[in-house]
Amino acid sequence: MQKRFITDKITWTWMLFSLILILTMPLIMGVGLYLKSAPIFEHQSLWQLITGSNWSPTRGNFGFWPFISSSLYVTILSFILAVPVCLFAGIYLTQFASGTLNKIMHPVIDILAGLPSVIYGVWGILIIVPFVSKVLAPFFNVTSSGYSLFAGGIVLAIMCIPYMLNMLIEVFNTVPAGMKEASLALGATYWEAVKHVVVRKSFPGIISAYGLGLAKAFGETIAVMMVVGNRIQVSVNPFEAGYPLPALIANNYGEMLSIPMYDAALMFAALLLLVIILIINLIFRYFIYKATQQ
Amino acid sequence: MIPYIIPSEGTNDLGHDSDLSLRGNGSQPVVRVKNLNVFAGEHHILKNINLEIPRNKITVLLGPSGCGKTTLLKCMNKLTDLYKELKVSGSIYIDDDDILNAQGYIPEIRQRMGLLSQRPFPLPMSIFRNVSYGIKLKGISDKKLIAHNVEKYLREVGLWEEVKDRLNQPATSLSIGQQQRLCLARGLAVKPHIILADEPTSALDPISSKIIENLFKELKKNYTIILVTHVLRQAVRLADNVVFMYYGEIIEQGPPERLFNEPATEKLKEYIYEGN
Repeated sequence: MQKRFITDKITWTWMLFSLILILTMPLIMGVGLYLKSAPIFEHQSLWQLITGSNWSPTRGNFGFWPFISSSLYVTILSFILAVPVCLFAGIYLTQFASGTLNKIMHPVIDILAGLPSVIYGVWGILIIVPFVSKVLAPFFNVTSSGYSLFAGGIVLAIMCIPYMLNMLIEVFNTVPAGMKEASLALGATYWEAVKHVVVRKSFPGIISAYGLGLAKAFGETIAVMMVVGNRIQVSVNPFEAGYPLPALIANNYGEMLSIPMYDAALMFAALLLLVIILIINLIFRYFIYKATQQ
Repeated sequence: MIPYIIPSEGTNDLGHDSDLSLRGNGSQPVVRVKNLNVFAGEHHILKNINLEIPRNKITVLLGPSGCGKTTLLKCMNKLTDLYKELKVSGSIYIDDDDILNAQGYIPEIRQRMGLLSQRPFPLPMSIFRNVSYGIKLKGISDKKLIAHNVEKYLREVGLWEEVKDRLNQPATSLSIGQQQRLCLARGLAVKPHIILADEPTSALDPISSKIIENLFKELKKNYTIILVTHVLRQAVRLADNVVFMYYGEIIEQGPPERLFNEPATEKLKEYIYEGN
């Protein structure tokens, strides 16, 4: 009897410890990054760091706006491309597709979700960059090397689609069949039942899937870095190169650390990434709360 | 809150088929099932079902779980179409239309029958919109008319007084018994001829169950009710006509007095004995 109680206590304690570990991890990361980036706040104000466009570390100028704007641009672009594809593919697979198609598609989606991002990057260089350079840019009467924000957005969208689609499929599958049947029994067509019942019922889950997808997209590094051009500039033209925040950290950390404040600047870039992802999550949490209230 | 405005005199509710005399001859059965067979792969779920459902009566489909009662009910409003693994053959006549083999517009066929499930499935919208949903699907867009009908059918199921001040709240905020009555109001609002009720009280407490049963007794004046149940006492309380099913077959059918007092088959005798 005593042994059972000890086992019970150990299991309970271990579970609680695991939970505390998970909860404290972002806090530890945030505090660590802040402490390492703190010296740069003595050098430049937070406002100057975020809104400044001048990036010349050797002269002590650390303006992060080109990196922030590139990250936002690529992420939003990928989001615009991925959202409708995921939504319609998810609806089709869960509501209209045959069992055979589902059996084929699920492993394909899982494989795509599990592919290392470097593969997407290589594929982006081989296919997307030439496609942007030779097809898309000429179509819009623009000259582009192909290494651009647009290429980054497309590669990122393709990377995020299986990830978000998997979550959407789970969400749509949780809608009770009885609810759809109730709608059909009232005289709805199949599409009306899907639109008014399945999508509406799944709405908080859809927001949640997109929120997680957006946060993942914002932090994605390797694949984007390989196709986006990595040029420090603020551009509204999607056919020009950009330089997202994760690429800045990945390309430069460990290099040129002899430059004063450079280490702190890169740590600040990481902190900025963490904070922006946190803000994205909070915004989506708010939307989920509002959706569940309705 | 959505304003409730009583329509001016002369305005009917949905402006269609409101005269009950239009719903066929009272002496004719409203539903006739002929040689209905349902297969799920090799499994023969319904075996050559032949059945007549009398108008404005409560017909109880009685039988143990898994005997095919719900499948029979789903055949009647073609919800079996959703299950690709089911192969359905035979005929189901609603009045004189063979709905099983109908080439017409299936949503209109389904609107002839209100469906009440085992547990309530309120649509993910407000109380008001749950009832107005089916009305709008019929092409009604007049807000006054919709509001009038929402009130009418919520009153018909005795829910209006309980919800009139919170019509815009989510339907899930209601108790489970209220939700089931809301689902009934929602079904009635599309003006069906028949109510298909699939064990509608199985998830409810005794008080809510009694409310639903009493509603059925009232509603049968204007509607034909087909009630699926495995509860013998509920069948005794409500049935005007009983169909006893066992493993996909109709074993006996007829008036409850005869079936419950003088069962002709051993299977029904045993079911009644176990039920008591």
